[in-house]
Amino acid sequence: MTSFLRISDLHVSVGETPILRGVNMEIRQGEVHALMGPNGSGKSTLAYALAGHPNYTVTEGSIEIDGVNVTEMEADARARLGMFLAFQYPVVIPGVKVADFLRHAVSNIRNPDRREGEGLIGMREFRKEIRDRMTELGMDLEFARRYLNDGFSGGEKKRMEILQLAMLQPRFAILDETDSGLDSDAVRVVSEGLARLSGPQMGVLIITHHERLLEFNTPQFVHVMLGGRIVETGSSTLAHELHANGYADIRARHPAAAAQNSTAEAAPV
Amino acid sequence: MSTDAPSKSDVEIGDYKYGFHDSTDFYAFKSRKGLDAEIVSQISGMKNEPPWMREFRLKSLEIFESRPMPNWGGDMSDLKFDNIYYYMKAASEQGKSWDDVPEDIRRTYDRLGIPEAEKKYLAGVKAQYESEVVYGSLREDLARQGVIFTDTDSALQQHPELFREYFGTVIPPGDNKFAALNSAVWSGGSFIYVPKGVKIDFPLQAYFRINSQNMGQFERTLIIVDEGASVHYVEGCTAPTYSSDSLHSAVVEIIVKRGARCRYTTIQNWSSNVYNLVTKRAMAYGDSLMEWIDGNLGSRLTMKYPAIWLMEPGARGETLSIAFAGRGQHQDAGAKMVHCAPNTSSRIISKSISRSGGRSSYRGLVKVQKDAINCRSNVVCDALILDPASRSDTYPYIEVEEQNVAIEHEASVSKIAEEQLFYLMSRGLSEAEASAMIVTGFVEPLVRELPMEYAVELNRLIELQMEGSVG
Repeated sequence: MTSFLRISDLHVSVGETPILRGVNMEIRQGEVHALMGPNGSGKSTLAYALAGHPNYTVTEGSIEIDGVNVTEMEADARARLGMFLAFQYPVVIPGVKVADFLRHAVSNIRNPDRREGEGLIGMREFRKEIRDRMTELGMDLEFARRYLNDGFSGGEKKRMEILQLAMLQPRFAILDETDSGLDSDAVRVVSEGLARLSGPQMGVLIITHHERLLEFNTPQFVHVMLGGRIVETGSSTLAHELHANGYADIRARHPAAAAQNSTAEAAPV
Repeated sequence: MSTDAPSKSDVEIGDYKYGFHDSTDFYAFKSRKGLDAEIVSQISGMKNEPPWMREFRLKSLEIFESRPMPNWGGDMSDLKFDNIYYYMKAASEQGKSWDDVPEDIRRTYDRLGIPEAEKKYLAGVKAQYESEVVYGSLREDLARQGVIFTDTDSALQQHPELFREYFGTVIPPGDNKFAALNSAVWSGGSFIYVPKGVKIDFPLQAYFRINSQNMGQFERTLIIVDEGASVHYVEGCTAPTYSSDSLHSAVVEIIVKRGARCRYTTIQNWSSNVYNLVTKRAMAYGDSLMEWIDGNLGSRLTMKYPAIWLMEPGARGETLSIAFAGRGQHQDAGAKMVHCAPNTSSRIISKSISRSGGRSSYRGLVKVQKDAINCRSNVVCDALILDPASRSDTYPYIEVEEQNVAIEHEASVSKIAEEQLFYLMSRGLSEAEASAMIVTGFVEPLVRELPMEYAVELNRLIELQMEGSVG
């Protein structure tokens, strides 16, 4: 059975401020969706709300995975159901080695009923797996010994997110501006990595400003967000058009949404 | 490994209850309660000590009685000196029954995966750890190099001149009230002498020496590292150490001679009835290096400030300290560095964690004496407070009597950042697991200096402590 992620009439606020004003979307395993839109349209808010960030309140609507309502679930429960968010700004966890962190994460995702202190994936098995994934992604194996995101360059942080994607093999991967802040070499590596990882088992939502990530990952669906709503959905030609002309036409076609678009989107507190 | 859900009592170190019944069979000798000159003389007599040591003890008792209690640090109002047995000698192997050990402690040992023999040793069920087979050959090797490693009582008998030359020179009985107490009633502890140029490449551990009861109340340790030699000594253990004695007051004296190196690692996790008051000090001579690695996890109150006196140019001192205070616990810990000579350097890294209403404090001193020019000292003290009920304090003292020096002090206080928790949870870690991971990361700079088994145990212990700590 193909799994699906259904977002229905989603309204999300940060504190008192409404950001998402009724988002509808359905993503199936195996599909690649792109989400574009100007700054302040609510793209990152959608990403955080899907992942279950505590500061984002769903005021109306729902998020479902295979019909199971996950709207009230904590982030870890959603992860165990197959949700994954590649952060735009990955968080630094000092003193925690990448390998140790990943070993715990993988153990939880593969065995969702796992309880603390038990059932960690075996060291040898894990080491082989992480080594294979890192080699495929062209990453220096030394990385696994570094402290998670601590002192990483922008490119290294994004590659770390892709490594997590590779190890955790989620059913639904949301990539939040994964191509921002990278030079073109790094974007290519990330794009190719993603292309290799996605497939019939993974539904992907690529949130992006630019087109670069879409080069190797052609979306079947391109959504444009404006003022907290999806105002248009098209194919990859829509993405080309936006890349060429910017958002002026979109704003002209949807003046109400354009009016509600804030220039500074609320960042997670 | 236990498969039932860990109840809170498994892991709340603050909730240990102790229920050993006092079996008269266990002790060959037990002094009457309380402390006076008669008891002190009795102790010395039973140990067959030379007259000078008896005099030393009696003089120390006078000092102890004349000094007031410290008016800083922790709350010791419940400590009744008259209510304590100051000397006990275990009869033999036959000791307390394993069945008497509290259930939650036995289960914690299970969770930590501690081997059978070691469990019994830790719980005081066996007076000696059965180390003969494993460690016998190590001890022969040491003896061949001229290393002396024995308990302090035996050292006094077997190496009287060496002993007398150094004993009490680093911490005289008049130093503080509890040093005086220890000087009066000390028993057990380690004595180590490393000859010139000898570098011991594996850590010496307290349970190598099987010829006396370990983890006594009033241990006295003396370590002499001769010129160019090096040694790493490890005492204590991460597993909850159950003690029916409520007062532990140890003294550790270390002399590190020119060009020598000494590292002293302690991980202590006393049960929550214990007052753990320790005086530890090292003298570091020219171009030597002294390192204290100090982990304090349990006890009701710990007061411990490992000190290094940098006596000659080129001496370096470093102290890494972790304090973890849970419910009903107060860790008042820190370090002291005294620069007595030019071109000396010191570093203090202190990491303290408090949760469930525990209190952990950093109390430290950096002192630079006059004419000790060109010294450098760096202090980093970081505190992590895990919930609103808990508390952390910092009492840094800096006394500099010389201008030409570089002293740095950085302090931070934090709680677990929401963004860090969310990031880890979004990868499938539960809130408790994520918190434990962040705390483990917080203490990593210290943990990576520990011998492997200790590092593994310490991390697991922190994980256990964090389970059920998130409401």
